[in-house]
Parts: sequence; structure tokens; C-alpha cells
Amino acid sequence: MTQATETALKRTPLHAAHLRAGARMVPFGGWEMPVQYAGVKAEHDAVRSRAGVFDVSHMGEFRVSGPDAERFLQHVTTNDVMKLKPGRAQYNWLPNETGGLVDDIYIYRVGEQEFLLVVNASNIGKDWAHLQTQAAGYDVRLTDESDRWGLLAVQGPQAEALLQPHIRVDLAAKKKNAYFPAELFGFDVHLARTGYTGEDGFEVFTDASEAETIWDKLLAVGFTPAGLGARDTLRLEAGFPLYGHEFAEDLHPLASTYSWVVKDKAHLGREHISLAPPVRLIGLALERVPVREGYPVLLNGEPVGHVTSGTSSPTLGHPIAMALVRGDASTADAYEVEVRGKAHPARRVELPFYRR
Amino acid sequence: MQTPTELKYAKTHEWLGDDGTVGISDFAQDQLGDVVYVELPEVGRAVTAGESVAVVESVKTASDIYAPASGTIVAVNDALSGSPELVNSGPYEDGWLFRIENPEPADDLLSAEEYAASAQ
Repeated sequence: MTQATETALKRTPLHAAHLRAGARMVPFGGWEMPVQYAGVKAEHDAVRSRAGVFDVSHMGEFRVSGPDAERFLQHVTTNDVMKLKPGRAQYNWLPNETGGLVDDIYIYRVGEQEFLLVVNASNIGKDWAHLQTQAAGYDVRLTDESDRWGLLAVQGPQAEALLQPHIRVDLAAKKKNAYFPAELFGFDVHLARTGYTGEDGFEVFTDASEAETIWDKLLAVGFTPAGLGARDTLRLEAGFPLYGHEFAEDLHPLASTYSWVVKDKAHLGREHISLAPPVRLIGLALERVPVREGYPVLLNGEPVGHVTSGTSSPTLGHPIAMALVRGDASTADAYEVEVRGKAHPARRVELPFYRR
Repeated sequence: MQTPTELKYAKTHEWLGDDGTVGISDFAQDQLGDVVYVELPEVGRAVTAGESVAVVESVKTASDIYAPASGTIVAVNDALSGSPELVNSGPYEDGWLFRIENPEPADDLLSAEEYAASAQ
């Protein structure tokens, strides 16, 4: 167990607010972030049953604009950006030249020639360099706005009801993946009906200087502060992949259950992505013993893969895991996971583990 | 943070009672968060001080538990198999882990005062 107060870590605009809320801060992808406030299970349950708020300001924001913005993004991503209308958001992947995954991202279409990309915090530098290289020959302007934005994720079945009295937009009219400007608590923000918890909710883009005030107001109207610990158990229950666990630069993206993100279009690395993946991502349920990243997965006593993410599911009350296994061994019903030298039974279950 | 003075503590956050009972400190359970599973040693096993003999798992992570004394395991807390959260609610009481017979404590165990100072 380590105490995390390293000075080299970056801090979000909400750092002081986290300390006030009693957060335990830990290093995460180069940032000092709250892992929990009251406790992972309590925060997890708050999001599933009511509403929680996460600080995700550590994530990166790139603006892509210009006459070739759409054509450029169509080249560097696997999903179909041409289908993305202004005021809408789309989950997408950045492939490399050999079909590996540089990052998984969200794209928000601001206007005909303007897009906002939200990228993983730990990949900001890598993504920026990659996009700069790929932009050669396109009439496009890239701006790294990561320091300009605060980003708050309000998630849970009561998120809409708690926000509505304080916002000048009819939230009920905003469907999943809507992206729109709004006035929230008197501040100009942008909202997207997106999230990473398997619950309904919104992600709120604020000016970095106003993030703390908005955070405090969200807590005052009933949102429970939730940390990275709950964010991970929630996303795992929802079957959402996490870069560095289910995705990696050298891992075939079609191994995941998210192969729909690759559309039939010309894009970077496409000829490699069309090949059959050697491994598959599966869901596992266990009875009692939690299994963690890296633990071997066995089929009939033979190693066929490894766990990529595992936890004890607060909602389901038993351990769950995602695992990458050999394609030819990916359709069995029963596996074993090796925990500290001993094999424990695990049954394959469809992803997601939890659906709202 | 509770640190009972009648116990000795390892730098790795285990406590040892005079009768050989072993658990983890209040500080340790708080750092771990919600405990969801405890893997205990087999009764009858001979252990050496400093040896990894049990595992406490929280939602987020698995942590090795080291024997703070040498000796033989004579009892384990079976209640933890159904209620691992006892480690959080009563780390010095119902959440004890196992008991070592005729314990020979490790040389570098800390007093409550020394442990409390080191675990801040």
C-alpha cells in the first residue's frame, strides 16, 4: 500500500474539491485522482440507484476543424464519421498503420467543419503526436484544448431529474449521444448524453476555471461524488473495455465485443483489421474468488488466455471478469481461472454483465 | 484510527496478540476499502515470520498477509468466508484472521506507538 502525494503528478481543476470531499488521491495515468470518497461500494451503489458525479477532467480534448476535418477523421478512425451529424456524439477508435489501437475515443460533432475529440488521459501525448503525423496533406487545424476544459460525468437513473431544475434545456428531448450547449447553474457549458457506467447520464464540459463551482453545486443538489474505483467497477459490470486492459496498441481490435466500431470504409490500417483476430474477449462469472488482470484462464486444464479486468461486482454480488482467450477456445461454457496456483471454476457469460 | 496498545504490529500492517491471534490494522483495512474475499491458511500449517500466509481482497486489489510470528496455525476465522466485511467493521475483533500456536514474534515488530507514527 502506498501513499500518493507525488508532486510530479498533474492535478485537475477539482483537486481542492476532492480533498474537501474526503477523497483518497492516487496516481492514475500521470494524474493525481480520487480513487474513492466514502467507499467504492457505496459510490457504485449511489450511481446504480440514484446519481453520482465523477471528475473526468484528466481526459484530453482535441479540437479538429477546417475544410478537411471530416475527411481527415474518416481516415484516422474506424467508425463512420460521415454519419455523425452536428450535435451528436460517436464512440470511435484510432487505429495505427498495422491495425493496432492507438486509443479509443469519443467524437463530438460541433459543426459541419468542427469536431471535439475526447481521448484517454494516459494517451494524450501519444494521440496528439499520431494525429499531427496523420494530418499531413489535409486542410485541417488541430488544437489541444485539454487544459481548457473541466469534464464532469453525472451518471445514474436520477441524473436527468436532478439536473433539470438547474438547466435551461429540456433534457428529456436530448437522446443518447446528443451533444448540446446549455446554461447550467448560470454557467455556459456543453453537455453530452454519454457516459461510462451503464447508466443514463450526461458528461458536462465546463471552463476549467468554473469546474469547481459547478462541482460544488452538483453535490449540493444531490449528486454523490464517485471516484475512479467505482468508475472501474461500474464500467466493468457494463462490459465497457478500458484502454490498457481490453485494448492495446499490439492487440487486434476485433478481439473485443466492440467490432461494430470498425465500419466498411477506407481508413488507416484497414487491410490488417480485416483479418480474423487470433483472440476473443469473453465475460466470466465466478462464485467467490475475485480474479485480477493477468491471471491465467484455463480450458480443460490447458492455458488459453488471461484475465484483462476483474473485480467483485457490487451489483451482482459475485466476482466478474473480462478475459482474452484464443479464438478456437472462446465458445466454451465453463473455464477455470488460476488464482495463486489453484484453479477456480468460471462460467462464460454474455457481456455486458449488467444492463440497465 | 485505532491502534490498540496491547498488540504488536508489523510494518506490513498485521497485528499480533499475546495469544498468537493475527489480523490487519485499522489503518490497513481503511486503506484497502471494502473487503470482499479472504483466503486463509490451512490449520496445521507451520509458518515462518515474514512468510506470505493469507490474502485479503478488496474490490480493487489483492493484498498478501504476512505472518508476524513463526509457529503453527491452530485456528482460522471461518466467519470471514461468509462475511469478509468483518475485516472492515472489526479489524481487532470479529475480523481477526488466524491464530499461531506458541508464536515466536518477528524481531522487527513495532509497538502501537511506533506503528501509529509510521502508518500516517
